[in-house]
Formats: sequence, C-alpha cells, structure tokens
Amino acid sequence: MPASMKMYGKHRFPGRLFIVEGIDGSGKSTQLSLLHKWLESEGYVASFSEWNSSPLVRDVTKRGKKKKMLTPMTFSLIHATDFADRTEHDIIPPLKAGAVVLADRYIFTAFARDVVRGVHPDWVRSLYGFAVKPTVAFYFRTPLDVATKRILGGRDAIKYYEAGMDLDLSDDLEESFRIFQGRIIEEYEKMVEEFGLVVIDATLSIEEQQAEMRRIVTEALTGTKKTRVRRWLDLASLGKAPQE
Amino acid sequence: MARFSFFGEGPPGIDLDELKGKMIVLEGTDGVGRSTHVSLLKQWLENNGHAVLDTGMTRSALAGKRLRQAKEGHTLGGVTMSLFYTTDFADRLENEMIPALRAGFVVLTDRYIYSLMARSIVRGADPEWIANVFSFALKPDAVLYMRLNIDDLITRVIQTKGFDYWESGMDLHLGADRYDSFVEYQKRLLAQFDSMVESYGFEVVDASGSIEEVFDDLKRRIARVVEPERALGSGKSKK
Repeated sequence: MPASMKMYGKHRFPGRLFIVEGIDGSGKSTQLSLLHKWLESEGYVASFSEWNSSPLVRDVTKRGKKKKMLTPMTFSLIHATDFADRTEHDIIPPLKAGAVVLADRYIFTAFARDVVRGVHPDWVRSLYGFAVKPTVAFYFRTPLDVATKRILGGRDAIKYYEAGMDLDLSDDLEESFRIFQGRIIEEYEKMVEEFGLVVIDATLSIEEQQAEMRRIVTEALTGTKKTRVRRWLDLASLGKAPQE
Repeated sequence: MARFSFFGEGPPGIDLDELKGKMIVLEGTDGVGRSTHVSLLKQWLENNGHAVLDTGMTRSALAGKRLRQAKEGHTLGGVTMSLFYTTDFADRLENEMIPALRAGFVVLTDRYIYSLMARSIVRGADPEWIANVFSFALKPDAVLYMRLNIDDLITRVIQTKGFDYWESGMDLHLGADRYDSFVEYQKRLLAQFDSMVESYGFEVVDASGSIEEVFDDLKRRIARVVEPERALGSGKSKK
C-alpha cells in the first residue's frame, strides 16, 4: 500500500479514466471497444480493465459462486477485493504514466447490485472509497425489455447470481432475471445525479452512440498530450539520446 | 431489546433478537500468547458446561485457503489484502459466529476486526475508511487486549518461534533485517492497539506474567461476562 491511501476524488494523475456502466445487454462493451480502437488510432496509449483480476481472488469468487456460498455481504466484499486489485494493478499505474484507462463496469455496478441485494447504500459507497474517480462515467440507459430481449435471445444461459436467483425473486430464471435487472436499473437511475453519470441513450444506433461518446471524450482529453506509441526501435534510439 | 448490536449497518437478513450467546475477543500483537490462551479457555469453558466456538483469522471456508496462499506469494497490494481479509472475516461472521450465537454458544475469537484494522492502518490504509468497512461487524461482549511492551515481546518471540516474515512486517521495508523490522512493525501495531483501548472499550490484560497468572486474569474477566450470576455471588454482593 502506498504511504497513505488516497480517497475518491483526491487522486491527481496525468492520465484519464473513462468507464462504461449499464445493465447486461445495454451494448456498453461494444461501445467501449469502438472507443478503444479510435483512441489508439488517434495516437493515445489506452489500456483496458475488466472485472477479472489476480487468479487468487478470481478463484475465490468463482468457487463461491459455483457452490452458492456467497451471502450479499461476502458477494460485495469479494468483488471489492477484486476491484481493489484492478485499481492497484491495472488502473493507478497507467494513470500515473499519463495513459488513458478504459474500464468496462466500475464501482457503480457494485453499488447497484449490492444495494439490490440488501447491502446498505452508505456502507457500500464507503467500501469503495479507495476508487479513482473517473474522468467521465458513461451510463447506457436501456429499457428493460430491450436488454432482456438481447440477453435472452442470444448468448449462453443466464447464470445463477446474474439472474439474482439468490434473492428468491422467482423460481423461474428468466423471470428472476427480469425483476433483478429492473431493480438494478432503478439503482442506476438514482446514481445519475448523485455521481454525475453521463447518460447515453442505448436505443440509438451504434454509430450515433459512438459519435456522442467520442465528442465527450475528445473534450475531456484536451490538455492531455498524445503519447505516441513507441516501438522498440524508438526505445533503442532513446537510450542513445543525450540526457536532458 | 436485542443483546447484540452492530458497529454500523449490519449485513442484510440478520435478526439481532435471535442472538443469544456471548462473544469474547482476545486481541493483541503477535507473540503475546493469544492462541495458547484460547485453547486453555475453551477447555475451561467447556468444563463449566458452555458450548464454545473458537475461531481465528484466515479460517473461512470461502477465502481462507486462498488468503493464506496470497500471503505466501505476497503479490497483492495493500488495499486488496485488507479487503481479502475482510471477506474472510465476513464469511466467518455470517457462517460461523452468528449461527453459533444463535445457538447460544460462547464465541471465543482469536483476534477480531481490531487486528485487521491495525494491520491495515500500519500499511497505509485510511483509518476512517477501514473503520467504516468493518462497521458491519457485531460488537463483542468483551475485548481482552493482551498487552506486552515491546521489550518483553522481543524476548518472548526470540525464545519461541523467531521472527516470521509477516509478523516482522517485512513487506513494509521498515528495517535492515528482520529484527529491526520486527521491532518497528510491532511498535507501530502496539501504538494502534493502544489508541483503540478507549474508543472500543478494551480491557487491558497484562500478558507479562506466567501462563497461570494470565490465565487466571482472563478467566476472572470472562466469568463476569459468561456467568454474571456466579461472579456476582462470589463478589461483595450484600443481598
């Protein structure tokens, strides 16, 4: 741990952090990967961070889920542990180096689903007090039926915790999923104002949404130098350059 | 009214009115003899007819094994380690301690949130943050803080198991070798524990005496919690 821990909103890094949030099937991951490609083509160094971390923490999460050992509290804490690892390894170092960091889901995912599971909203917010405040947090607003159609239509089977089956909302997996995601949406909507989430209408075309994102990101990048991607030849020549 | 309460907001779905047992915490730095006394006390309590659950850190079914592995590899960052320990603790609280209290057991725990907080703060965690994180814990009936000053602690550790990597805080690079590091690390932990005595209502137990002396002292204090009737009867009650 660094000499003293910095809390939310208190970090000062030269890099920029853009995150996307929204329920499953909102199309946020597609948008983020389009943004990623564009940033690189523009000459920024962009790194990508997802909810998966050191094998040790991941094993506990996996096992806990598989064996249905998790209570709302331990579900919340093991994900916070995972997120801490992401913060300490994938997020803070590149931000310090002035890079652009992109995160698919962030603390707001935890706030939404943990609160739906009955964890106290203030407690879970203070739990994540160590998180870096994003430069821009995009929220992909999606009507429930649009998202459920996308999820139930394609993809693999819905998993137990994703459907909120631990909450005994319904014996039917799809029905439980619908009720659970509906409640998650309610929590997201509350956070729009609380955290200044930037709302993207996820019913618009992919191109329209991406154009909107790029406009906002461009604005947020003013003042950041583009860091040209150095190839190994550049690095070799750098070694020979006289000291400044 | 429920006998127990949480420091802040507890985990969802727990009815405090159902909790009947007693919770006793043994705290203190490494090497004060906590685990020796936990096993002595367990036996004593059981001989007196109490059902006892003894528990300690990194023993959860959920995270215990991986947490011990993480310690060996020490690749995880400070915040991550703090939260990993918290997960282990929460699993034990919800799945061991609370069910035992519901069943009327005496829960005897080797370390509690205080050790975890002290360890995190010494490693740079924000004190207010870590206290908030642990605010879901149950307030115990008694916290017996077994205290040794740093010199006695060193003498004891040298005679027993030597300077362990983690107990010396080697990850913090506080000194040239394990001895220097141990002294500095344990001093910092001691300062953290001492600062909690008042705010968390610790009972300070002098751990410098013989095992028998310390054991007697602990028994006396625990009897007050577990068998208040008997403790009162033997006291100066005039009734």
